[in-house]
Amino acid sequence: MSNVAPGASTASPSDHRPVGHGSLAVEVHDLVKRYPKAPVDSLAGVSFKVERGEVFGFLGPNGAGKSTTIGILTTRIRSTGGRAVVAGVDVAADPVGARRVLGVVPQQNNLDRSLSVRQNLTYHASYHGVPRASRNQMADALLEQFGLADRPNGRPDDFSGGQIQRMMIARALMHAPSVLFLDEPSTGLDPAARLFLWEKIAELKAAGTTVVITTHDMDEAATLSDRVAIIDHGALLALDTPEQLVRGMQSQRTLDCTVEPGPTGDATSLGLVLGVALGALVGVRAVDQIDDASGVGLRFRIDVEGEAASFVAPVATVVADAGARLTDVRLGEPNLEDVFIHLTGRALR
Amino acid sequence: MTVPSGPVTSSPSAAQPPPVTSSLGPAARWGPWRTGMAILRRDLFVTGREFPIFLAQVILQPLFLLFVFGKVLTELGYAQAGYQDVLFPGLVALAAVLTGLQSTALPLVIEFSYSNEIEDRLLAPLPVGAVAVEKVVFAAIRGFVAALVMFPIGVWILGSIPWQASTGVAVVTMMVLGSLLGAAMGLILGTFVPPNRINVTFALVLTPLIFTGCSQYPWPSLSHLRWFQVVSAFNPMTYVSEGLRGLMVPTVPHIATWACFVVGTAYLVVLMVVGMYGFNRRALS
Repeated sequence: MSNVAPGASTASPSDHRPVGHGSLAVEVHDLVKRYPKAPVDSLAGVSFKVERGEVFGFLGPNGAGKSTTIGILTTRIRSTGGRAVVAGVDVAADPVGARRVLGVVPQQNNLDRSLSVRQNLTYHASYHGVPRASRNQMADALLEQFGLADRPNGRPDDFSGGQIQRMMIARALMHAPSVLFLDEPSTGLDPAARLFLWEKIAELKAAGTTVVITTHDMDEAATLSDRVAIIDHGALLALDTPEQLVRGMQSQRTLDCTVEPGPTGDATSLGLVLGVALGALVGVRAVDQIDDASGVGLRFRIDVEGEAASFVAPVATVVADAGARLTDVRLGEPNLEDVFIHLTGRALR
Repeated sequence: MTVPSGPVTSSPSAAQPPPVTSSLGPAARWGPWRTGMAILRRDLFVTGREFPIFLAQVILQPLFLLFVFGKVLTELGYAQAGYQDVLFPGLVALAAVLTGLQSTALPLVIEFSYSNEIEDRLLAPLPVGAVAVEKVVFAAIRGFVAALVMFPIGVWILGSIPWQASTGVAVVTMMVLGSLLGAAMGLILGTFVPPNRINVTFALVLTPLIFTGCSQYPWPSLSHLRWFQVVSAFNPMTYVSEGLRGLMVPTVPHIATWACFVVGTAYLVVLMVVGMYGFNRRALS
């Protein structure tokens, strides 16, 4: 078996072959999926593009359509409508060609339990036409890279969830895919295993691999992704860098202030006075007095427009004018979860 | 939190895309074929590593049938002397069909539901249908080996087995056909039966399959029991038993050998079409 598939022959872990030229790793246009007998579409016309070398995050709650999208892109689910292209290959028209250029790390352990860890890697490569010499070399390199080199002959069943996850990533990389799909990779992992996984994904990005990742963890999406698509009920609600998504949440910028009344002050009347005075400041949208469990002072949450930090001085002045003292200020920065809540009206979990 | 640096860049600019080419050259045409062979090699490797266990698994039942029906009953005088020759080809057929069936049905049920192991193969660069074909081919190899092993066991237990060199090739062909028929039946069972029903289905399917497949008696002799003869005619295994019997013991009344090949092949086509439909339904949603 010396005549090998083009591209696969010279593959090595750091050598990501350029199949499907152009700047796009994934191109999805108006993708629709309706499962048989389902009352509504699981995907209702989703469109997006992923650049080569990008880490692209899919953020959404369970059942949002993330896995369906990944399923279609990885040729396991047939779309009802629309077009999906991975590394230049139309997944519906040429699923076999698409499977050459993509790698999949599924949600659930699907390792070959009859084979050793190393054999899982080498047999996977043999399915993809990687010649024997290169696949042995690559398997050793990837086992090393993923911290699995000490027990290459162990069976997958004898390893922890985090190690299984790493094995599945290492296996997916054995045929040097142009695009790697990870479906909720950190679900069920302990914090240390999760951090290791994040490091590995950052390394893959540095090596030039395009990574598409689904998650319902906003930290994961924000930390790993160059861009994040927020998806719910089969529709794409927003798509941008995590920074831009968050920056769009101007209404979520807040100052949390704690105020102590002066020696002669009365907390109830001070609350009323400050509520009016703070609300009169230019740029303040709303002022809410919050019940403070500690009871040391009064707490206000002030919703502001623009940079929250620029409101610290005016707020301090207003408080001093009212004969009270500002003891604590916290600037509330919105995060992706706030974006999600803003878009869907629901929390992620 | 000490996490890897969150690589945040602005939205990628739209670069000028060069022409998209997914042509993979002439070698790619052989790609799926080579992938299929690699998957088969994996299955053979795993079976080869546990060959004694595999043999014990497939031999035990026919071994006891051969011993009790062929040896014990004849020695005790409950069966006629020539019965061994009638029984042996039938048990070869039984070994081929049953082993083929069990080698696809059970693994498929497990791989599609509990272990998901098949996913790595479904994501390999070959058509989904080819994964099913590989399963059938591999199961048929197991079925054929099981049938083949019946010959030395037959010699050992019965002292001699009916065998004519002139029909050797035809016998081997019929054994292959029987193994493929069993594997194709297993493909249907393994893809249509939900995992929580596999136990009851095996009980409901295997027993009738074993006892209406004419492995212990020639089909023409059932003319006294017309309804059972009609039922047996629907069992694909009947044509394997009868075909082997006709080739190995031509003096015993049997269904014409050519008819066994024709009906067996026709059954194989139908079972494969249905099984492939079931496999595709499970593999793609």
